[in-house]
Amino acid sequence: MMLSAPAVIFTLTLIYPSYGLYFHIGETEKKCFIEEIPDETMVIGKYRTQLWDKQTSSFLRSTPGLGMHVEIKDPDTKIILSRQYGSDGRFTFTSHTPGEHQICLHSNSTKMALFAGGKLRVHLDIQVGEHTNNYPEIAAKDKLTELQLRVRQLLDQVEQIQKEQNYQRYREERFRMTSESTNQRVLWWSIAQTLILIITGIWQMKHLKSFFEAKKLV
Amino acid sequence: VFRMYGSPRVLLQVLWAQLLCGWVLGSELTFELPDNAKQCFYEDIIIGTKCTLEFQVVTGGHYDVDCRLEDPDGTTLYKEMKKQYDSFTFTAAKNGTYKFCFSNEFSTFTHKTVYFDFQVGDDPPLFPNENRVTALTQMESACVSIHEALKSVIDYQTHFRLREAQGRSRAEDLNTRVAFWSIGEAIILLVVSISQVVLLRSFFSDKKTTTTRVGS
Repeated sequence: MMLSAPAVIFTLTLIYPSYGLYFHIGETEKKCFIEEIPDETMVIGKYRTQLWDKQTSSFLRSTPGLGMHVEIKDPDTKIILSRQYGSDGRFTFTSHTPGEHQICLHSNSTKMALFAGGKLRVHLDIQVGEHTNNYPEIAAKDKLTELQLRVRQLLDQVEQIQKEQNYQRYREERFRMTSESTNQRVLWWSIAQTLILIITGIWQMKHLKSFFEAKKLV
Repeated sequence: VFRMYGSPRVLLQVLWAQLLCGWVLGSELTFELPDNAKQCFYEDIIIGTKCTLEFQVVTGGHYDVDCRLEDPDGTTLYKEMKKQYDSFTFTAAKNGTYKFCFSNEFSTFTHKTVYFDFQVGDDPPLFPNENRVTALTQMESACVSIHEALKSVIDYQTHFRLREAQGRSRAEDLNTRVAFWSIGEAIILLVVSISQVVLLRSFFSDKKTTTTRVGS
């Protein structure tokens, strides 16, 4: 009897893995996370939700009927993924343009009663780039030795560094263009400002002179 | 087995520790913190795990945020006000839920983008079923040290990217502000000079009508 309890717990923790970090979200609240990534980078997001149960004063293990709506926008604010998932979900996307991608989550509960406690616990785990690779799986599939697998991991890491450096170059170019545009604008504006000032000054004097001459005051 | 561990509670804790060791991962997130808002994150940590919390404010206002880290009993382990960037390492002294919060409550209208990286324990091993009886070969230890060095390169790259994003967003802000300001200034200049002339003309026109009224 005593030995079966840890076995039960063992199997339970295998079925419900904890993704570590969690936070609380309100009913109509939308939580957004930003991922600034180079292009052709894979992102895997996993979440698990737990609802506060007033009766037992604890968080329920899983809540059937409760889902989360996941919306992912690319740097041009175009929606690349907009889907409803269950109380546990896994979403994947690969970036095609480098830049800031926005991952937004909000619950889709229509049953107000479910949110009586007002709190929903969301476990979230977002992995980017080479962290998305499942090395034991790759080793089994390609039949790699341990050394080969380690080298494969190093190759993936170096590839990610390369992509990030490339993205850095693209961002620096944008930054440089913005600075040069500011420089140009300041230059042209100060010249135009001076010209407008001189012209309006001359116009004012000429106009007033002719006005006073007409009034026979000068 | 039962007698070996002394009590079922210890057995459970050992099993739990063994299980969670395989599941601990690092969490790295960037989120937006609206003005007057506070965002908290929680994580269940086992006693003895070495954890690191690193955060950096990417955009917004004076690039500062309040950060606070509490252990399961509510004792504050780390508390800093209006910090731009910091890194805090600690070893978990208790089992339970650790909480860290970012607060932008001191700001009235600037929302901030905050990046944080919370590392708990070590990376999961490459081979989960590994029963390491022999030591690593030279090649393998070389691979391990390269892996660690590359991890720190990626970490530096991330921080560099965030600083660059900061600089770039400032530059883009400046660019739009210069555009609006120069157009606005030109318009104001024209309006002021024309209204000056009109006002001056109206002074002299009024004088003429008042003199005629006084006369009659």
